[in-house]
Amino acid sequence: MTESAIIVENLVKKFEDVTAVAGISLQVKEGELFGLLGPNGAGKTTTINILCSLIKPTSGTAKVGSFDVQKETAKVKELIGVCLQETAIYPYLTGAENVELFGNLHAMTKETLKKRRAMLLEQVGLTDDAKRRTAKYSGGMKRRLSLILALIHDPQIAFLDEPTVGMDPQSRRDVWDFIKKLKKEGKAIILTTHYMEEAEELCDRVGIIDHGKLIALGSPEALISKHKVKNLEEVFINITGRKIREEV
Amino acid sequence: MALTKKEMKKTVRDPAILFMIFLFPVVFVFAFGASLGGVGEGQPAYNIGVVNLDQATSVNASQILLAALLDTNILNVQTYVDNQTAQNGLSQGSLQGVMIIPSSFSQSFVSFQAAPNDPNMWTNATITLYLDKGSLIATQAIPPIIQQVLTELADQNQPAIPNPFSLETASLVEVDALSPFDFMVPGMFTFASIFLIMMVAQSFTQDRENGMMKRIRITPTTPAEFMTSQVLSYMVIALVQAVLVFVMVYFMGFRPDVGLPVYGFAFVLVLVFTLSNVGFGLITATIAKSSGAATGLSFLFVLPQLFLGTFVGSSLSSTAQIAGKIVPSYYVTDALTSLLLRGAAITSTTVLLDIAVVSVSCVVILAVGILLYGKYYKI
Repeated sequence: MTESAIIVENLVKKFEDVTAVAGISLQVKEGELFGLLGPNGAGKTTTINILCSLIKPTSGTAKVGSFDVQKETAKVKELIGVCLQETAIYPYLTGAENVELFGNLHAMTKETLKKRRAMLLEQVGLTDDAKRRTAKYSGGMKRRLSLILALIHDPQIAFLDEPTVGMDPQSRRDVWDFIKKLKKEGKAIILTTHYMEEAEELCDRVGIIDHGKLIALGSPEALISKHKVKNLEEVFINITGRKIREEV
Repeated sequence: MALTKKEMKKTVRDPAILFMIFLFPVVFVFAFGASLGGVGEGQPAYNIGVVNLDQATSVNASQILLAALLDTNILNVQTYVDNQTAQNGLSQGSLQGVMIIPSSFSQSFVSFQAAPNDPNMWTNATITLYLDKGSLIATQAIPPIIQQVLTELADQNQPAIPNPFSLETASLVEVDALSPFDFMVPGMFTFASIFLIMMVAQSFTQDRENGMMKRIRITPTTPAEFMTSQVLSYMVIALVQAVLVFVMVYFMGFRPDVGLPVYGFAFVLVLVFTLSNVGFGLITATIAKSSGAATGLSFLFVLPQLFLGTFVGSSLSSTAQIAGKIVPSYYVTDALTSLLLRGAAITSTTVLLDIAVVSVSCVVILAVGILLYGKYYKI
């Protein structure tokens, strides 16, 4: 039986009078690619931030790799890799230097870092641009580099927060291929997105969040079948009466 | 009209603009004005040590002289029993001048009173004056004041006529060896480092804005490791700044007569001072909502440090001198002046006191900066 890589129980996060996450419970198994879907402001990124030990929940518990995200933050950070929604990279460093910096922050050996950096740059198509300063990179290139920074240390669990936002269709396809390879390596992945076709293409299971609540949970096929619709977009419309992109 | 209204709202609602328009001019004018004597009494006061060797006769002329010096309201007079003790005060910067009244002073005064028009009957007396080699203002301002008092002491009604009193500036040769530029050098070292406040504030707010801080917090790097790396980085920058300033001033003719350990110590002092600048930068980054606001807000800390504690402070009014004692840069410049210009030893009381104040205040400011930034950091 596959063990759970992530366990979330009754998670609540309030920012003053705004409830960003309102009692979410879910589990992600090892080697599973789990999609967290919902419109902007639904609570996806807040949930990810809690799971990464960046912010504390108001109530509820969350375990990542059997470690409590509030009490065992150091252990959690050793396990995870996070591709942020922001394309946070140092513009005055080259692509390779950015990767090297974050490899060093994860205490990787020089040899391992060198090999893995070369492999990841190749996989996302940035090898030729690795020695250029990232200030000159296009938006898509920055997103791909951001993905490498999240995965350079070969984490067991990956959080990919809107990894393809703002990308052209070809780059998006390349990143999808890259994510599929990660899944084949057996990593547990939580992917947040508001692109429903992306979730249908990649995810084993999805959880749809709206106003901080988990309103649907299951495989894309099961949800589509259950609601007797053509795709996940229509599942969302069926449940909420709204289009997911209207609030984008 | 609508656009004007929009601009007004933007001005009122953007803290960075509010600061630049309202608070910056207030802080600038206060700091600049205070440094140049615009606050409190405009005339600075100088501390003069007096070694009175006068053997009073029927008239105690030296006491009359001291009373006259005090009446100027420009000189604070402290008496010393011997020249060596007074010289210590001079080398440590607590005195701006030391005056030696000769044993024949009263006798000279009496001889002049007895025959004011017959110089052949006078007993001449020479007052020796040592001046602070670290103060351009003192070397220029004090001799004329004392000379005027001596002239008036001889004859208040006819100050232009000759008298038997003369003033000899004993350390004049050494004083003349320093140019106005030399006097400003200690402050230049401090000056260069102060702008790290702005650099730190901008860097931390930018990293917060673009998500870099969040990315680093996701790694196993601990907050202590991160802060240590940041402080070390800025210390390296400060060291490079200090070396550059030193190279520049050396080529421009600054050659203090001090040994290598003193130079090394001066660099260490600048590095310790860096801690407070990182601390002030962190406090600014805590308050500022954006890097633009951080640039403006950093002047809240930059300007007082600049005007009250660097070479601009050499012309401080006495009120501003007191105000200067609340900024760490004052003590750094004072210690560097004592070491490089006054020739004070590293172990001298003044230098040790300055170092103690700089070290404690800088560590406290850095700690406050780290605590505030850590507490109010928002994802």
